[in-house]
Amino acid sequence: MKICTDFRLTESRHLSPVYGLLTLQSEKPLPEIHAGQFAQVRADGSKTTFLRRPISICSADPETRTIRLLIRRAGDGTAALLDTPVGHLINIMLPLGRPFDIPATDSATDRPLLIGGGVGVAPLLFLGREMRQAGLNPEFLIGARSASDLLLLDEFKALGDVNITTDDGSLGHRGVVTAHPRLQRPVSHIFCCGPAPMMKAVAAAAAKLGASCQVSLENMMACGIGACLCCVEKTVRGNVCVCTEGPVFNINQLTWLD
Amino acid sequence: MARLSVNIGSLQLKNPVLTASGTFGYGEEFADFVDLSRLGGFVVKGTTLHSREGNDYPRMAETPSGMLNAVGLQNKGVGYFIDNIYPRIKDCGSEIIVNVSGASPADYVAVAERLAPLQGIRAIELNISCPNVKQGGMAFGTTCAGAASVVSAVRRAWEKTLIVKLSPNVTDIVEIARAAEDEGADSVSLINTLMGMAVDVERRRPMLSTITGGLSGPAVRPVAVRMVWQVAKAVKIPVIGLGGITCGRDALEFLMAGATAVQIGTANFLDPAATMRVIDEIEDYCTRHKISDIREIIGII
Repeated sequence: MKICTDFRLTESRHLSPVYGLLTLQSEKPLPEIHAGQFAQVRADGSKTTFLRRPISICSADPETRTIRLLIRRAGDGTAALLDTPVGHLINIMLPLGRPFDIPATDSATDRPLLIGGGVGVAPLLFLGREMRQAGLNPEFLIGARSASDLLLLDEFKALGDVNITTDDGSLGHRGVVTAHPRLQRPVSHIFCCGPAPMMKAVAAAAAKLGASCQVSLENMMACGIGACLCCVEKTVRGNVCVCTEGPVFNINQLTWLD
Repeated sequence: MARLSVNIGSLQLKNPVLTASGTFGYGEEFADFVDLSRLGGFVVKGTTLHSREGNDYPRMAETPSGMLNAVGLQNKGVGYFIDNIYPRIKDCGSEIIVNVSGASPADYVAVAERLAPLQGIRAIELNISCPNVKQGGMAFGTTCAGAASVVSAVRRAWEKTLIVKLSPNVTDIVEIARAAEDEGADSVSLINTLMGMAVDVERRRPMLSTITGGLSGPAVRPVAVRMVWQVAKAVKIPVIGLGGITCGRDALEFLMAGATAVQIGTANFLDPAATMRVIDEIEDYCTRHKISDIREIIGII
């Protein structure tokens, strides 16, 4: 069941000049939402924004009917969302797309590895929480340009071990996530969300390690519900809509490594 | 409550609100937001004889008050529609109109012949106006002879209601509408998308993989209203108007300009319940203006 309704902005947290975290309360009861699913958010505050903005859901609490959205200031639409005054209404359609597929079990020596970068960490926080609820012990590998770009680190640390890389070496290992020593050791299940070049590098590393790898894509979208066929990704089954068949794909469904 | 029913060929629509092909999937995508049985009808995605993968990504670019698309008629073919999709939607309580496309008149005829036995499909819309395919598509819709060749061939194979969707990318859309009418079309729908282009200046590349695409949304509405008005004045068959309708007021513009029915397209992407809102707002307008039958205002300009 999907809903399209007004949410009241109850908190807007400034995380950095580029990132913000919105907490929004639905007027209607929340449907079941899982990690990896996204919302289509209308940016009424921007005159130049025509379409909704697809935003990954960072957390969802059915009891308080609230969700959190981590947003990167990328253009006029996302800027308008981040600049929305607390108390105002934002129209949101959710939940859209297919969630991550969570493995049934793990072990102390073989924990699921969640790899994220930039705004891509949002669904991984949700996924980490779902894994903990399922009795798994997720481990994180998070990359950023600099220490100040690492988002919500405390929340990640509360869920599991966090490995960090930064491009400038200001925190954790210097370099990209795929150069982190954690990816030299065996792992069975990798979950990745971040910029496309990062996800492609992680997918290649996962293949070398023999690990399964799920990635979350962010192709440009119009409708978000499989009607316009604009957000397609090439897969082994031909072009499919990222909004309905994804945004989460097992890498073995994509043609990246061909 | 005003009488909203209108006729298109032998179709009697419960109200003049349809959806535009390619913007409403097969209806079921919108089931959480829309009571399909309240619609006058819906036009399903462009259907071809064989499955098509469509164009490469990126296929879409956001533009001022609109968007460009270059989907390129991605669909699984008429056989898949008949076997897998039609059984799921045939009892939705609304008219289902299939948008038909092809690379040759014979293709259009073959698709129409496959659809003809389906009792739940009482109308097809011939797409002779898609700007995003290399063969066929708009090529048939930009000359009177091209339009006539497709319409006359399909008319012989299709007895039910035949709608022809016209391209605005022509010097004189009235001529093409007349050609379709002369060959036996029951209705013309207009406009399909306007050819457009956008450039990503940072990357110095076109925004679409196909370089050009079709512009839709409120940006095209005044062009569409003008063309509907011109065509409605020139032909006797009913005209279906579309192009950037987002609300009841927009739909009424088209009706007053001469459209017997309207299609809601890109607005479905912004508000999945746009069609319901348009119907509500037309009803409200009729109540406020003491209109007892929507036909009182069709073509009053």
